[in-house]
Amino acid sequence: MPKTKLSDFSVSYMQILDENGVVDTDLEPSLSKEQLVDLYRHMQWGRITDERMLKLQRQGRIGTFGPSIGQEAAHCASMFCMRDDDWFVGCFREHGARLMRGESLVKQLNYFNGYTEGNIGGNPRNLPVSVIVGAQGLHAVGLAYASKLKGEDSVAIVYQGDGATSQGDFHEALNFASVWNVPVIFVVQNNQWAISVPREKQTKSKSIAQKAIAYEMCGIQVDGNDPLAVYAATKEAAERARKGEGPTLIEAVTYRMMMHTTADDQYKYRTKEEEDSWKPKDPLVRFKKYLEDKGCWDNKAEEKLQTELKADCDAQVKEFESQSDFPRDVSFEHVFGTEHAVISEQKIEFDQELEEENNA
Amino acid sequence: MPKLNMVQAVTLALEEQMTADESVVVLGEDVGVDGGVFRATEGLLDKFGEQRVIDTPLAESGIVGASIGMAMAGLKPVAEMQFSGFSYLSIPQMEGHASRMRARTMGQFTVPMVLRMPYGGGVRALEHHSESREVLYAHNPGLKVVIPSGPRNTRALLAAAIQDPDPVVFMEPKRSYRAFKEEVPVEPETMEIGKCQIVQEGTDITVVAWGAMMHTTKKAVKEIEKERGISIELIDVLTISPLDSDTICESVRKTGRCAIIQEAARSFGPASEIIACINDKSLLYLDAPVQRVTGYDVVTPYFNRELDYMPTVGRISRGIIEAVDF
Repeated sequence: MPKTKLSDFSVSYMQILDENGVVDTDLEPSLSKEQLVDLYRHMQWGRITDERMLKLQRQGRIGTFGPSIGQEAAHCASMFCMRDDDWFVGCFREHGARLMRGESLVKQLNYFNGYTEGNIGGNPRNLPVSVIVGAQGLHAVGLAYASKLKGEDSVAIVYQGDGATSQGDFHEALNFASVWNVPVIFVVQNNQWAISVPREKQTKSKSIAQKAIAYEMCGIQVDGNDPLAVYAATKEAAERARKGEGPTLIEAVTYRMMMHTTADDQYKYRTKEEEDSWKPKDPLVRFKKYLEDKGCWDNKAEEKLQTELKADCDAQVKEFESQSDFPRDVSFEHVFGTEHAVISEQKIEFDQELEEENNA
Repeated sequence: MPKLNMVQAVTLALEEQMTADESVVVLGEDVGVDGGVFRATEGLLDKFGEQRVIDTPLAESGIVGASIGMAMAGLKPVAEMQFSGFSYLSIPQMEGHASRMRARTMGQFTVPMVLRMPYGGGVRALEHHSESREVLYAHNPGLKVVIPSGPRNTRALLAAAIQDPDPVVFMEPKRSYRAFKEEVPVEPETMEIGKCQIVQEGTDITVVAWGAMMHTTKKAVKEIEKERGISIELIDVLTISPLDSDTICESVRKTGRCAIIQEAARSFGPASEIIACINDKSLLYLDAPVQRVTGYDVVTPYFNRELDYMPTVGRISRGIIEAVDF
C-alpha cells in the first residue's frame, strides 16, 4: 500500500516595517497617530529605564538583572494589543511590557535591589517575575482556563525566550493550551542567545514558530524588531483567542543587545561584530523614522520626550534611593494565609535575635 | 452513619466540596471517564461535567503548572497524581511556584490548590508505585502536607485542604484505600490541618504514626497492651507539615517514652524531625531514647520484597517494647 500524505505544513514570516523604515502598506495596522506615539513612548521608556538600571547596577546601587535593550518592539508592541483585564505572565526580559502594565520603575528597582516589595505592582493581573526558565507558560494556561470557565473573554499573554523552548514545561504548556483550546498567546522573544548558548544549539528546528504546528496551533514568526509586525500578529492572536479559537505561538526574532545579565561577559561567547550587525535593525530607530515619515514625529518632539522620560527616570531613582529600609521580618508574614505554629515560633525567635543584635 | 472505605471518603469529600463551591475543579490523568485508576473520582464527571472534571494530557508538571494558574485566577483545583511516584515530575512547579507564590507576591496571589496522591507500599505494584516520600514536600516552606489514616479523617481533612487558602499536598495511603470501612457522618465535616489526634490516651509510652502505618501500629499496640498490660498513648500525626509538635511533646512529657513508626526511609524523615522537637521541648522528661521503626535507607524494593522493607506488626511491637523496657 502506498504511503499517503497526511498533511502539508507551512509556517509564515511577517515583516511590515523593515530596518530602513520602509512599510508594507497592505499589512500596515490601522493605528492612530496618538497610538503610534504612545507605543513609541513605551518603547523609549523601556530603553531609557533599562539603560539607567544598567548604570545603577554597575555602581552597585542595585543587584543583578538582565537588560531587555534591543527587544522593546517584541514585548512592548505585543503588550500594546492587550486589555487591562488580560493576564500578563512574564519572565524577566520584557521590562518595557511590565512597565506598560502600570508597574513603576521604583518597583522594578526594589525588585532588582533584592526586595519582594518590588515584585508586585501595577495591574492586579500582572504575574510576578518568573526566574525559572519556561515554567510560566503553564500558569498562563491555567489562568486562561479559568477565564474560559468563568465565561470571560480575557486572554493570557506569556513571554519567554528561545532558551525556554527547550524546556519540557514549554511544550506541556503548548500542548495543554491547544488541547483545552484556551485563550493564551505565547510570545517567544527569540533573542538568539540563552546566556552563552546560541539559538542553533538550542533547537534543530528552522524556526521556533513551527513548533506550533505539532500542537495544531496557530504559529507565526515575525520580525521582532518591527513593532508593526509584532503588533499585527499579536492583535490577530488576541482576537482569535477572544473568539474562543484558541492559543497562538508568536516567535519574535530579535537580538539581545547586551549581556544575559549583569553577571556575565558576552564577549566570552560572541563577537562585538555580531552585536554591531544588529544595531541597524534597532526597533527604536526604524520606528522613529516611520513616525517621522507619517508626519507625527520630529526632532523637537523627540527632544521633548527624551527630556520628559529622563526627568521621570531621575525622579523615580531618587524616590527609590530615598526609601527607608523595608521591615526585616516580612518573610514570616507570607508563608501561609493561616496561623502556623512553627512559623510563629520562629518569628518570635527571629525578632529576639534582632533585638539581641540591636542591643549588642 | 454510612460506612465508607477510604476511596469512597475521598469521592464523598470531592463531591461535597464541588457542590458547595463551584470554583472547585478536579483534574488529572484518567479522573473523568475512568473515574481515576483507584476510582476516587468516580461519578464526578456525570455530576459536574467535563469543564470541572478534566481528563488532562499525561504530564504531571503540566497538571500542576496549570493548576497553579487556575488557583491564581480564583479557582480551587484539586489535581490528582496517579501515584506519588509520578508526582516528582511536578516538584519543580510545586517547589518553584506553588509554594512560593504567596511569599513572592506578599499575599497578592495565592495558590489554593490540593495535590492529591496515593502513596506508600503494600499493594504489590510496579516500581515507582510504592514509595513514601512525604518529606520531599514537607521540607518546602509554603506547602502543607496532610496524610489521613482512615475514611473519616480522609473526608474531613480533604474538605479542609480544599478550603485552605494555600497549597496542600494530600497523600493518601493507598494500602488503606479499601482495607477497612468506617462510619462517616452524614453531614459534611472538616478537621483542622496542622493538628495531631490523640487516638487513644495512655500513660506508659507515646506511640506516634501516620498514614498506612496507623493501621499496622494499632494492631501492634493492641497486642502489646494485652501481653504486657501497659497503657499506650497513640497519636495519629495527620499533618506532617506544619507539624503539631506541641501535642506530641506534651504527651511525651506525660509518658516519658516514645516510639515513632514511619513507613518512609529512616534518614531525614518526619520521625527525625519529631525527635528533634522532643529534644527541644521534652528531652529532660525522657526515660529512654526515642525509638524509630522505619523503612530502610535503600531504594524501595519491588513488591515481592516490599513487606520486608515496611514496618510490620512484629517490628513495630519490638520497637515499642525496646523503649518500654529500656
